[in-house]
Amino acid sequence: MDISPGIFLAGIVASAAPLVLAALGETLTEKAGVINLSLDGAILLSAMTGFVVAARTGSPAVGFISAAGTGMLVALILVVVSIYLGQSQVAVGFALTFLCRDLAYFLGAPFARTAGPQLSIVPVPILSDLPVIGPLFFQHSLIVYTSFAAIPLLWFFMYRTPQGLILRCVGENPEGCWARGIRPRKIQTMYTLLGGALIGLSGAAFSLAIKPGWGRPQGCEGMGWIALALVIFGGWHPLRVAFGAYLFGFLQMGGILLQDVFPAIPAPIFQVAPFPLMIFTLVLVHLGRNNTGRKRLLLRLLSGDPPDALGKNYRQA
Amino acid sequence: MIQLVNIYKTFGKVKALQGVNLHVRPGSIHGIIGENGAGKSTLMKILTGFIARTSGSILLDEQDVDLKTPESARKLGIGMLYQEPLDFPKLSVLDNFMAAAADTNPQRQAEIINHLSNKFGFTLDLSARQGKLTVGERQQVELMRLIRDQCRILILDEPTTGISGEQQKLLFSTLGRLRDEGKAIILVSHKLAEIHSLCDRVTILRHGKPAGEQEKPFDEEKLLQAMFATLPTKSSRPPGRTTGKPILTMEEVSTTVGRVGLDRINTTIYEGEIIGLAGLDGSGQSIFLQMAYGLLSPEQGRINLPVADNEDVMRVFLPADRLRKGLIAGLTVREHQLLAGAAPFFIHTGSGRLRTEQAIATFSIVGTPDTTTEDLSGGNQQRLLLSLIPPGARLILLEHPTRGLDLQSGQWTWQYLRSHLPDNGAIIFASPELEDIMEQADRVLVFYNGAIILDRPTDKTGYREVSRAITGRV
Repeated sequence: MDISPGIFLAGIVASAAPLVLAALGETLTEKAGVINLSLDGAILLSAMTGFVVAARTGSPAVGFISAAGTGMLVALILVVVSIYLGQSQVAVGFALTFLCRDLAYFLGAPFARTAGPQLSIVPVPILSDLPVIGPLFFQHSLIVYTSFAAIPLLWFFMYRTPQGLILRCVGENPEGCWARGIRPRKIQTMYTLLGGALIGLSGAAFSLAIKPGWGRPQGCEGMGWIALALVIFGGWHPLRVAFGAYLFGFLQMGGILLQDVFPAIPAPIFQVAPFPLMIFTLVLVHLGRNNTGRKRLLLRLLSGDPPDALGKNYRQA
Repeated sequence: MIQLVNIYKTFGKVKALQGVNLHVRPGSIHGIIGENGAGKSTLMKILTGFIARTSGSILLDEQDVDLKTPESARKLGIGMLYQEPLDFPKLSVLDNFMAAAADTNPQRQAEIINHLSNKFGFTLDLSARQGKLTVGERQQVELMRLIRDQCRILILDEPTTGISGEQQKLLFSTLGRLRDEGKAIILVSHKLAEIHSLCDRVTILRHGKPAGEQEKPFDEEKLLQAMFATLPTKSSRPPGRTTGKPILTMEEVSTTVGRVGLDRINTTIYEGEIIGLAGLDGSGQSIFLQMAYGLLSPEQGRINLPVADNEDVMRVFLPADRLRKGLIAGLTVREHQLLAGAAPFFIHTGSGRLRTEQAIATFSIVGTPDTTTEDLSGGNQQRLLLSLIPPGARLILLEHPTRGLDLQSGQWTWQYLRSHLPDNGAIIFASPELEDIMEQADRVLVFYNGAIILDRPTDKTGYREVSRAITGRV
């Protein structure tokens, strides 16, 4: 197979789009101090919902909306049981992961391997004709454009707006927010739901665009865990988290390419290799962040601390 | 202006407040005094809506107000400076100042904070992380935030603990000015000198109940009587202890950690000594203690613990930030006791209960075995920490050991430490109170800009020399 570098890179940014959305959604949630561990199951469940609704209505847009709704619904369960009823976020998240996964396979079984709609490529006029940049950024489906836009938007929101400041404050010290007249649980609820919506969109991005169709397996299994790891290694910073998602996309595409170069090596190795490689790369990137004395600029840029209140339910006095 | 009528508050079984009344007038500074666990902080948190009262009513301008959340208190112009700053250590000073402000234009907010800093003589780096500041500076940011929000009623909970004498003077003149502008100021304190110089009126609390009220000028004897029921005896300086072999030596120890780091520290601590670390807040005392404990390692120089009799020197460190660094928030008094005396395999609930009950009795901790540490008052947290010091500890390191403690508890703490220190042990403590150091320490080390600039036995020096050294003059 002969692939030009432009198409190779375009493949990376497209295939990484759902991962970008999911990881950004989780970043938003965790920045407010809530861990949504249901990610992996929620992506699968919303992939199924998105596909089925789109197939029934014939409209991918409606499919995406219902997928976002599904992600929010799963997040809502976490909000009620953890934030308001005080149960462990980790335990509830785990339970939800497996519940959502099995629910997706069960409810989606009748629709497995059926034909369904798929997002079409919408080239941006003029810009798509540019060399290299054209195919890289401007010949994609709408959801890929959405993933592009989400990265700077989220960064701007978190670091340049008053609401973003409050979001970060809640994740750091909900008690301090309470003393300032902010209701931490309300803020956490809002961003957990919003993060859930992004996670839902990510599911539909798989089933309606990147790995179109529904079946068991769908092909997006495991991506939720990768997204969770990306948030941690990305230091809870949207730009670095997105970078990690593209790195993973690169490793996956690279694996597919190498498969053709080395036909003697069994194919599963190339499919699995990105996962350990990803962990290895991220660990490398992450190393040395505790070397306070002579921390290099690069390492400082790449390191980040978790929000102080992450995973702790705020008990309102 | 604001009136609290018959306030009750219970935390589970602990009765924190029982029928407290308070009437604060505009244009006055009203003092609230009482010993540890008297309910001062609880009462103030109720006034700001941070915690909800169990019963009783609050009247603002003769109007019944709800005040069940800080949101409503904020709208009514009630603001509080908490004893432990409730801020966001990882965010910048400016972000801390802006968080939840009505106007969040960074330029305008930077102007406001610069204007207020100039007015009060604070020097703050707006882009620095809040967590890198000293407690005193963090309070300055918080105070300016409350002034910006135009609070009519300002509550300050032990505002002078951990801040330098200069910062204290600035704070007092600021408070005087705010009073003249017609604000109602409530000052929670256990320092009588502060009450004398600032307050127009004072309310005394004892064990959660009102124990009297006085107008200026105050009768000190009566105040003390109301606070303690029994007067604390003025302690005379305990005799110096006999000193033995070196227990800790530092040679040319330097580091760049912290605001000023440490600059070529040379000192030897001997068995039997009690060492007081003096200096402006953040001059290196805290880093010194962390080095001595082994939390930090020096970038240059050597720290030695001469091992005597083939024994390790058991070290204990009681940090200033009790709740975050000393105790485990969320765990109960009993669980802390169990952790300290952990059996190798199983938790022995029987002995744990016994140990806990003993600790509560011996250390007069106001709380039950199942009270979580964040529900204990500051002084009780310190008592719990003291009760956790293992009997064999030979090097006891304390940061602000009497912070937030009243006179009586402070004296009790020192009595306890002295009587439980083994003959071959030593105590090193940092304190912002010069009196503490001159009364309790055998030797004083004065820190200035990360260096020790004065090292003298306390009976061979005086307040004058030490306070001059603190400001950098020797």
